[in-house]
Amino acid sequence: MIAIIDYGSGNVHAIKNQLDDINLANSITSKIEEIDNADKLILAGVGHFDFTMKRLKEMNLIDALERNVIEKKKPIIGICVGMQIMGDSSEEGNEPGLGWISGQVKKMEIDRSLKPNLPHMGWNSISSKHKHPLLRGIDMNLGFYFLHSFHFECSNPDNELASFEYNKCFTGAIHKDNIFGVQFHPEKSHINGQKIFINFANL
Amino acid sequence: MLRSRIIPSLLIEDDELVKTVSFKNPKYVGDPINAVRIFNEKNVDELMIYDISVSRNGKDINFDLLRDIALEARMPLCYGGGIKNVSHAQNLISLGFEKISISSAYFLNESIISDISQAIGVQSVVLTLDIRKTSDGYSIFTSNGDLMVFNCLQTFLEKLDQDSIGELVINSIDGDGNYSGFDINLAQLVREYTVTPVTYLGGIGSLEHMKELINEIGTIGIGVGSFFTFHGPFRAVLISYNKPSELLI
Repeated sequence: MIAIIDYGSGNVHAIKNQLDDINLANSITSKIEEIDNADKLILAGVGHFDFTMKRLKEMNLIDALERNVIEKKKPIIGICVGMQIMGDSSEEGNEPGLGWISGQVKKMEIDRSLKPNLPHMGWNSISSKHKHPLLRGIDMNLGFYFLHSFHFECSNPDNELASFEYNKCFTGAIHKDNIFGVQFHPEKSHINGQKIFINFANL
Repeated sequence: MLRSRIIPSLLIEDDELVKTVSFKNPKYVGDPINAVRIFNEKNVDELMIYDISVSRNGKDINFDLLRDIALEARMPLCYGGGIKNVSHAQNLISLGFEKISISSAYFLNESIISDISQAIGVQSVVLTLDIRKTSDGYSIFTSNGDLMVFNCLQTFLEKLDQDSIGELVINSIDGDGNYSGFDINLAQLVREYTVTPVTYLGGIGSLEHMKELINEIGTIGIGVGSFFTFHGPFRAVLISYNKPSELLI
């Protein structure tokens, strides 16, 4: 059972649609018991870093997440801001992140003369130095849908799973043990997105 | 590399899909949910949905219909039509829309943009400008093209705080439903005075029109209405989707 954590940030319905399409048992939930019983977790997130962290705190979910992710080492995938909050902090706000994968979230520094500039909006390719099971069967050139102005900078380059190019190279996905994060939106990236969820389920 | 986006644009009036010509004479097209299903199968880049009922007929935003659309959609979604406050925007995001579009509300109260951005993030805030060519050049209209709110687009763009929006949609009233191609002069003017992502909507009648725009302007969004809705000289309804070959992977 994959628990799609419902805490008021992120497109949980679209994620559920993808998982239903590929017959993966799932549940949109904010209940701690269901999170404790799940095999894997999905942490979506959209909008502002601070808003997202505050919502997690307001919903009293941080202890449950720490217990399931850090102690029990259940696989978890964070999406967009859900990935960014796995870091230490963000230039976007004042709240500290979860600190699961060491890194800072910063505004993307793009040559100001470039048009379009920010946000990074649309379909872009990704590349990876790893042949990681999470990326199995992905058409890397086709890539995924991105919509963001901030990016994750890993303190340890080994935590970068994939990158994308937008004037410069930026981190597109991160990983550390059982913890994964993707900057793009697999729930809105058609077949490539579906493969991310299939691969995550098979980890 | 980031690719140009080809975006079907759907108009809704009273819960039905319609199409207009120069913003006039809405013609019934079909059921919105069905159109979304077809576009799912075609793996479209994004989908834009505008509800003209609110400004034309004084209706409220139909959140029930939008919930059904969002539940069906597998592509990134943008909705515009009657959004007046932060609460509307937040509701739409929680229903599953990636972006929301403001038009007339901006001209009533400019600060609505930053209020909404603080709640949902700048990347999700779209400003849609309905443009008609006038003796002053290009002017901005609201109320389905009936009310001029700013007479010089260039001046407007120079003054606009572009860090406050995620995307600009330029909706050409003259091009709407006319298959004449998008007004390249208008596109070039907008590109010169903007740094945000821009989507050009109104007038696309062929793949060549799309190629022309991309060649002239660069990486952009192209909104397509009638060309993906009708087929043939008698404008029979046939939902389709196509991209210039350069964009196919």
